[in-house]
Amino acid sequence: MTDAPRFVRPVTRSADVGLAVTLDGPLTLDCGRTLAPVTIAYTTCGTLNAAKSNAILICHALTGDQFVASDHPITGKPGWWTSMVGPGKPVDTDRFFVICANVIGGCMGSTGPTEADPATGQPYALDFPLITIRDMVRAQKMLVDHLGIDKLLAVIGGSMGGMQVLQWAASYPTRLRAAVPIACAARHSAQNIAFHEVGRQAIMADPDWQGGKYATSGTSPSKGLAVARMAAHITYVSEAALQRKFGRNLQNRAALSFQFAPDFQIESYLHHQGSTFVDRFDANSYLYITRAMDYFDLAAEHDGVLADAFKDSPVRFCIVSFSSDWLFPPSENKQIAHALNAVAAKVSFVEIKSDKGHDAFLLHEPEMFDTVRGFLNHVAMEAQ
Amino acid sequence: MSTPSNGNGRNSNGHTSNGLRPDLAAIAAMIRPGSRVLDVGCGDGALLEYLVTTKGVDGRGVEISQANVNACVARGLAVVQGDADTDLADYPAGAFDAVILSQTIQATEKPLTVLNHLLRIGRRTAVSLPNFGHWKVRAALLMGGRMPHTQALDYSWYDTPNIHLCTLADFVDLTAVCGASIVEAHALENSGQTRVMNPRRLTHGILGPNLFAQGGVFLLKKA
Repeated sequence: MTDAPRFVRPVTRSADVGLAVTLDGPLTLDCGRTLAPVTIAYTTCGTLNAAKSNAILICHALTGDQFVASDHPITGKPGWWTSMVGPGKPVDTDRFFVICANVIGGCMGSTGPTEADPATGQPYALDFPLITIRDMVRAQKMLVDHLGIDKLLAVIGGSMGGMQVLQWAASYPTRLRAAVPIACAARHSAQNIAFHEVGRQAIMADPDWQGGKYATSGTSPSKGLAVARMAAHITYVSEAALQRKFGRNLQNRAALSFQFAPDFQIESYLHHQGSTFVDRFDANSYLYITRAMDYFDLAAEHDGVLADAFKDSPVRFCIVSFSSDWLFPPSENKQIAHALNAVAAKVSFVEIKSDKGHDAFLLHEPEMFDTVRGFLNHVAMEAQ
Repeated sequence: MSTPSNGNGRNSNGHTSNGLRPDLAAIAAMIRPGSRVLDVGCGDGALLEYLVTTKGVDGRGVEISQANVNACVARGLAVVQGDADTDLADYPAGAFDAVILSQTIQATEKPLTVLNHLLRIGRRTAVSLPNFGHWKVRAALLMGGRMPHTQALDYSWYDTPNIHLCTLADFVDLTAVCGASIVEAHALENSGQTRVMNPRRLTHGILGPNLFAQGGVFLLKKA
């Protein structure tokens, strides 16, 4: 095993991935294949106490990464959840030791399709096995084991991160005290799978995708990936927020151009979302991770009964949803609460009023901060 | 969204020696130690926390207000933000030893449906409610010709969340409609104290708690 700061070469450019550990494995995946060794890139904030009882694992969303509270090495921007995680924040790094790992299948240093296949020395590309949310969590558990942490104080995440939180509670109920799944669901809906398929088809329709072997052919399917991001981004915001922010405002012009160049601000905005995304994300990773989300159905592991996934769970749950989230609507979040109640698990559920859509969990939502802060305070008090 | 834990609220004066509002203290006395309890409209969680810490109950709450839910979560309580009118259908029958509905039934859209759900979910159901038959309320309408605006019902008619007010006698009738029997009944008196009452005195005769009680606390079970 090696455990040191490490540089990798994502498709676009080299970057510091923070910490990385390469574990021998093997990691047996749901698809039946195994990964060995397994590299997990991660960051930490705060200090692990002597009893190793103050560790909180943050799980990132589809296009997130391990840079939850530290500057991103490629974009230079602050971490993706600095409103939630940091000194004095709800996940207070003055008190808690925060770990955030890049999921396997990702493109920020953890084992994934951009990494070299040990068998060939070439990037895996589509030879990388299909992975699931449970596989991601298995890898995270290997990391937690490696760090010598017997019991996490909490596992917290939004969107796909929330799916991982649920999977943690279902797979390793004795390894965490508390779970905070935010803006997620126990399974991916038909509508969500549909949007993902649009994104994947956009990538695969780009001639530069080259059947996934763009790294060796020296091309980059950035147009396809940008379109995928543009389509997905629409699902992250609410109609009301788009209307408020952009309306039918024109971009740098006084009148319609009668051409197809972007007339409307919303078009420019989406183009910007797409072009900045391709600088930091890998197209094949996007295929793999969206597939993992599509496959997620926690009840399926338990004969369709979600409640059975949490039978006799000692974990305390705090489920957070947002009223205008139409990607993972409050009703789907609430189903998790009902399943947990059905097996007498300790669960709280909040539906926060917001017009910011799914992305609300990443934004300034004081009620969410209050909920999480109060919940974690009590969990930490109990743990002492 | 029609079931705020409202005005007759959990921060009013006249708390009893255990720090609870008198009607909540009466409810607390009805709850058996170690039982499974669902508090519907649990407010800031004062009663639930009291039951968890002093009676060792396995307590759950349902509450509509975001601020109240956050207060409950910070107390370490398990509370689901939701609406009694729409969410109770999701709870399985017999899931709880006791279900509590305090000062909330008058703010629900469908009191009959809500009460039926409570009786289905819990083996015992504790309900507290304000008494619209109180003489001051009657006098306000009779003499003043205006919708009653009392200390216990401190709202103007146009902004009250209490859309289904009833008298204690009306409530006793409702329990009969639901096929519930009254195990215990307590009158909430003007002094802030509670006193055991015979529910028959609510529906028979003109004088009695239906005229003089500020509110009532009932323990019900499916007959």
